[in-house]
Amino acid sequence: MRALVWHGKEDIRCDTVSDPTIEDPRDAIIKVTACAICGSDLHLFHNLIPAMKPGDIMGHETMGEVVEVGSAAQGALKKGDRIVVPFTINCGSCEQCRRGNFSVCETTNRNKEMADKVFGHAGAGLFGYSALTGAYPGGQAEYLRVPFADQTHIKVPDGLTDEQVLFLSDILPTGWQAAVACDIEPEDTVAIWGCGPVGQMAIRSAVLLGAKQVIAIDRLPERLGMAAAGGAITLNFEEDNVIERLNELTGGKGPQKCIDAVGLESHVSLAQPDTLLDRAKQVVMLENDRPHVLREMIYVCRPAGILSIPGVYSGLIDKVPMGLIMNKGLTIRTGQTHVKRWTDDLLRRIQEGQIDPSFVITHSVGLQDGPEMYNVFRNKQDGCIKVVLKP
Amino acid sequence: MNLRANSARMKGDPRILRSGRGSLGAADRLGRALGWFSIGLGLVQLLAPRQMTRSLGMQGQEGLVRAYGAREVASGVLSLSVDRSMGLQSRLLGDAADVAMLLAALRRDNPKRDNVMLALAMVAGVTVLDVVASQALKARHGRERAQPVPRSVTPHRGDRSGFPQGLARARGAARDFVVPPDFRSSPRPV
Ligand SMILES: NC(=O)c1ccc[n+]([C@@H]2O[C@H](COP(=O)([O-])OP(=O)(O)OC[C@H]3O[C@@H](n4cnc5c(N)ncnc54)[C@H](O)[C@@H]3O)[C@@H](O)[C@H]2O)c1
Ligand SMILES: [Zn+2]
Ligand SMILES: [Zn+2]
Repeated sequence: MRALVWHGKEDIRCDTVSDPTIEDPRDAIIKVTACAICGSDLHLFHNLIPAMKPGDIMGHETMGEVVEVGSAAQGALKKGDRIVVPFTINCGSCEQCRRGNFSVCETTNRNKEMADKVFGHAGAGLFGYSALTGAYPGGQAEYLRVPFADQTHIKVPDGLTDEQVLFLSDILPTGWQAAVACDIEPEDTVAIWGCGPVGQMAIRSAVLLGAKQVIAIDRLPERLGMAAAGGAITLNFEEDNVIERLNELTGGKGPQKCIDAVGLESHVSLAQPDTLLDRAKQVVMLENDRPHVLREMIYVCRPAGILSIPGVYSGLIDKVPMGLIMNKGLTIRTGQTHVKRWTDDLLRRIQEGQIDPSFVITHSVGLQDGPEMYNVFRNKQDGCIKVVLKP
Repeated sequence: MNLRANSARMKGDPRILRSGRGSLGAADRLGRALGWFSIGLGLVQLLAPRQMTRSLGMQGQEGLVRAYGAREVASGVLSLSVDRSMGLQSRLLGDAADVAMLLAALRRDNPKRDNVMLALAMVAGVTVLDVVASQALKARHGRERAQPVPRSVTPHRGDRSGFPQGLARARGAARDFVVPPDFRSSPRPV
């Protein structure tokens, strides 16, 4: 089959690889009908997530048709079923899964021993996302082996297109969890940094959950335009003073809830000198991540407020003012998304027409064009916001 | 390469049979090659400046050559990073500085004038490569991309709000959602 394979920094190729096979009775194999490129994939593209190995297959936003089912998954799945695959692989029965904390499932990480050494205690297995999360081959491919498939799937009801449900795999529940973590009250202002696909989903979620105002921050006009279409007040951080404007819009008190949908690759520019220093440290490996957005949120957030962080961070950061977090009594919520915890509810909202996540798609191409689309998405060319690949 | 990639696979995981089209273009490869060249040259300048000053008749200017070497290494590292375009820009600035230094050494009384001429010719050649790489990188990775973008198989139709029933109806439409206890934070005002 063909698959997008990581060969090194900025080197992803559409290779021909051997087909996956059932390895465990709980496995299933799907024929991929649609998959997407995520902002997290860009961190891998830039080799900023440790423990990627040449030969790793990319992709964690995947759906398709079941073509083979292991004996232990047969009660839950059958040939021909259409499923969306959550990017967090979950067993459904460990202590964390029973609490709904699927992204830290205790069973599914194949490299748990090694990952435990790095993390203290490791999280779940993830598709297409480095050895520390189990080194599972990803779904930017023609076929995908789904481990723990009896649990790790969302069945697609008839009448919905691939585009409408694909993002149940990651970005819709990720934006949703980010907003839910804000425990939104009707008088709340929710400020969201980053209007990439995750930010866009967080904006829609905060609007649906009834925030008084949602403020979205980015610098790219096409993304800010899409944010405004979803009901957000927009700030361009290259033109506006973010801190001043956020305070103005909240009667001088700051937003009660802040969401970081940017993560470790905050935009580097002279206007934000701290990002230059972070970038330099990153190059010489003195710091893993560029935490500009964290600094900004911690500073502007209203005391006793919440910082919700879906943006991915990989390791060590510098100059983050713990003193402000402590003295202002801020709550931090973060994590990879517990996808399955939210998807039944979200699927219903899609069916009822409350939300249609396909609005975010700007490009939809064949798998062979995937490697080039990593460049287009990364370089923000051609108005690119979300790429869907159709193998 | 594929052999190594394949031997590191877990049992059962797909193995590479044949490599296909990739994300690295000719511009990236040229930029990276120039980056390695920078690092090599920079290390020589840093570690053996005397050799260079002697062959160019610039004795006594070892400190300057070392400084140039440090600059070269920095440009090289940048050219190998994802900020490759910036690396190439800094290489172009470096080329100009190299020319200035060599022109200053082109005095009539310099017995090594011929070597200096040769060095100037080499810098000119590398500058051409830097210009070519820099422009090709801009065409490929600049926000206004000059190269064609793969065409969508199914172009998007419809609005960008994400709310089929309209924005006004969407506001607060999910207030029925019960935030689970472990996601609650702020106590409600009484
Ligand atoms: N927690 C999870 O489970 C989960 C799931 C999916 C994605 N993510 C992470 O979410 C983040 C966003 O993903 P995405 O797909 O939207 O990526 P993306 O790269 O498309 O979007 C990031 C956006 O942030 C903007 N940005 C950069 N610096 C900024 C700044 N200083 N202030 C405001 N905006 C800034 C960029 O212009 C860009 O539009 C990534 O870190 C990704 O890894 C996390
Ligand atoms: Zn993702
Ligand atoms: Zn589990």
